[in-house]
Amino acid sequence: MNPDVSDGADEQVLRMTVNGAERRGVVDVRTTLADFLRHGLSLTGTHLGCEHGVCGACTVLVDGAAVRSCLMLAVQADGSQIETVEGLADGDELSPLQEAFHRNHALQCGFCTAGFLMSITAALRERPVETEQEAREVISGNICRCTGYAGMIKAVLETSAQAYAAKAAS
Amino acid sequence: MSRRAGRDAAALSPAAAPFTKSMIGTAVTRREDARLLTGHGKFLDDLDMPDTLEAAFLRSDFAHARILGIDTSAALAMPGVIAVFTGEDLRPMMKPMPAKVAHPDLQEIPRLPMALDAAHYVGEPVAVVIATSRYVAEDALELIDVDYQERPAVSSTAAALAPGAPLAHEGARDNIAVHAVQRAGDPDAAFAAAPNVLSETVRVTRGGGHSMECRAVAARFDTVTGQLVVWDSTQAPHYARNALSNLYDMPEDDIRLIAPADVGGGFGPKAQFYGEEAVIPWVAMQLRKPVKWIEDRRENFIATMMERTQTHRIKVAFDDDGVLLALQDVFEHDQGAYVAGLQVPMITLSTVPGPYKIPNIRTELYSCYTNMVPTSSVRGAGRPQAVAAMERMMDRIAEYLGIDPAEVRRRNLIQPDEFPYKVGIMFRDGSPLTYDSGNYPELLSGVIERVDYDGWRRRQGELRRDGRLIGIGLACYVEGCGLGPYEGAKARLTNSGDVLITLAAAPQGQGYETVYAQIASDALGLDMQYIRVTTGDTGRIAFGQGTFASRITATAGPAVLQACQALRARIFTTAAIMLKVEGDNFVFRGDRVCLAEEESIGVTLREVTQVANIGKHGITLLRGVPAGLETQAYFAPERAAYASGAHAAVVEVDPETGRISVLKYVIGHDCGTVINPLLVDGQVLGGFAAGIGNAMYEEQFYDESAQPQTTSYLDFSLPSSIEVPSVTLFHVQSPSPINPLGAKGAGEGGTIPAPAAIANAVEDALRPFGARINEMPVTPPRVAAAVAGRTPALR
Repeated sequence: MNPDVSDGADEQVLRMTVNGAERRGVVDVRTTLADFLRHGLSLTGTHLGCEHGVCGACTVLVDGAAVRSCLMLAVQADGSQIETVEGLADGDELSPLQEAFHRNHALQCGFCTAGFLMSITAALRERPVETEQEAREVISGNICRCTGYAGMIKAVLETSAQAYAAKAAS
Repeated sequence: MSRRAGRDAAALSPAAAPFTKSMIGTAVTRREDARLLTGHGKFLDDLDMPDTLEAAFLRSDFAHARILGIDTSAALAMPGVIAVFTGEDLRPMMKPMPAKVAHPDLQEIPRLPMALDAAHYVGEPVAVVIATSRYVAEDALELIDVDYQERPAVSSTAAALAPGAPLAHEGARDNIAVHAVQRAGDPDAAFAAAPNVLSETVRVTRGGGHSMECRAVAARFDTVTGQLVVWDSTQAPHYARNALSNLYDMPEDDIRLIAPADVGGGFGPKAQFYGEEAVIPWVAMQLRKPVKWIEDRRENFIATMMERTQTHRIKVAFDDDGVLLALQDVFEHDQGAYVAGLQVPMITLSTVPGPYKIPNIRTELYSCYTNMVPTSSVRGAGRPQAVAAMERMMDRIAEYLGIDPAEVRRRNLIQPDEFPYKVGIMFRDGSPLTYDSGNYPELLSGVIERVDYDGWRRRQGELRRDGRLIGIGLACYVEGCGLGPYEGAKARLTNSGDVLITLAAAPQGQGYETVYAQIASDALGLDMQYIRVTTGDTGRIAFGQGTFASRITATAGPAVLQACQALRARIFTTAAIMLKVEGDNFVFRGDRVCLAEEESIGVTLREVTQVANIGKHGITLLRGVPAGLETQAYFAPERAAYASGAHAAVVEVDPETGRISVLKYVIGHDCGTVINPLLVDGQVLGGFAAGIGNAMYEEQFYDESAQPQTTSYLDFSLPSSIEVPSVTLFHVQSPSPINPLGAKGAGEGGTIPAPAAIANAVEDALRPFGARINEMPVTPPRVAAAVAGRTPALR
């Protein structure tokens, strides 16, 4: 009846690699991965928009797969490789996808942006995105209330073209 | 070498000074982006506030119930729970929160920060738990025992107005919050004499704001200074500060209310003031501990204001050429359980006539109390419903007379040489509805040309013979925006030698840090890199109103312009004295203030600030130097500005499944002077996505006991990238004559006519069936219902 969390009975130690760095934490087992990243590790770039797995704002990569961190418990990610929005830029240098978002005004309030960036990052690692319809499908699992998506669709296509042209050249 | 400054520059008063538009009109990318793209934005729940307690609200499960008692003892006993407060515990600040827009005839029912002895909608706060974490606080909610006595609830305006209806509030006169009428000319006589009259009932259900960040409030009371600091993800920090000052009976300076630099979308609901915003800071003061509340999405569905349904009974009179003679629109507005403000229906009342010349007008409002969450502005704010009603009738006139719908509109549009145009009724800002400028025929012809209207009309007939149903929909609108009373800005040369612009207004993604630096740059003649913008903090500027009604560019914009022109004059005066020259014919070159005629002579901004701002302790200031280079301006427009636009949609409808595919969509938009084309396009396209949601997807459902049925994104469809079609967008720029920037509002034009354009297109597609589309959103079930039992005449 009374799910007391203060006695440590439900706590568990976990280890994970987050943006390339080893991180440890002690969490109550019911803590979501999103809450652990945000409040346990102070990686507040990952946001919570609905907490029921629809809006996609909380999307992070777990072992390379785009995952809703609001629907995953932190303990389920024990031992995993996690990538969050904080890991995309190289110091002060934005990634090509981030640059394309900036150039195309693909964000306004910016609350949902991290989720889009992570979803697109996972998709572009898999294959090039060559048509507007494909770009729409890549981002269709995330909701943005500000932009109407037009800038994001351009950003996905430009980044894909750039990345795969570079790959072909190398 | 001349040390004489320019001859006549000194004669110019700052307010009248001309300025060169070099940054205004330029597509500058945003300064805000880098932090947001790298995960370093600072939204309210991202702020690092150690030792902050977390709150969770217990909310009424009933739409209408008496509260006979609340037992909080089990919750209080739970480890991790610090306190539980009911309405009774908050009595010292339980004052009514007044309607932000009222009316002399309003039947006002007190809206308290928390329910006391009755609850009037599902979601109304009944108690709040403060605990060491949100997890614990939510657990404790389940241990609170409330003794409710359920009462009959009102779940629609029709139910509210039905004879013998139960009362949404016990003891109320009836369920009518306000009945208001606007009139121009003699509509009754005009209808009686008119050769043609058509009428229809049009219902528009609007969704909510659905900002991706829900509401959020945090507060900390400084026991040393006696200052209460409140962080609030609000669109209107000064409005919220004033509300707290009133409820707590505290001087406004003792409350510093900060809208964080990053607020995750607003769209109207965050411009209102809510009970939770009053409860959290109060509790923080009682407990002497920082407290925060982060709304979750279910709360956002049931307790954040939305706009919901209006039912319009509209009637038009016209001659045989389709020229309008009279308009009557009687509509019901669902106000919800309390009147947080009448702005939405008041805007509807004056938006119906739109861009058309109509000599006789009657618009009439019945705003109803229901037992659902209060309604408020949502992007578009009462305008989409008005435009939907009017524009459906423009198509009906065309159909009735056998004239093309584009031609019927053309014959009725106000012409570019008819401004200022007085409609004959009042706008919601209290001034006569007077359109300031525009070019409505150019907007209409622009969308017709770009959508290939004639081509689609031709193909429509051809495809119909193949059994494919294509429809073309047009919708025109005029949008009152840039509302008063005023907005303020400060400009200061800082000690480090850059210029700081302090806006009272708070952004939610509009890019104020960029846009107002552009305006300041032109006003000062100083490169943007030396200008910073800060926003939304009542501790930094005394007065402000807030971001709503597409008003900030047209109000804060001129305030920034004027403050910067005054600052420029003061900087130049100081430079002239420092350089021992006369006059003020200076220019900025980088961070140097130089003589225009001899740029090698000048001083740096750092040197200027050293003299005028920092000074030397105890040493007399150079004679004539204005001490303290800070200026402020509050710009108060004499009345609203009026943006305008036209939309054209081409759709294909599958009458069997009800599926609607948007094949082409064109937007013509006139918001006066465009400050930043990149950002204005973003506003229009984003607004359009909300408009498509309103037109085709978003609908809140309540059952007959007023229980909300749509409380998650599994039940409520927000448009994703699949649903929002591509748009061809063009701008007409008719500068507003009532502010020095010529700016109007850009935030809502993408939204306003979308439901009308889609409904017109769908009905046009279904014309062979003679089907009627009178309800929006136009969903597949509504399409299927509209064609049910009808046989198409496909030739």
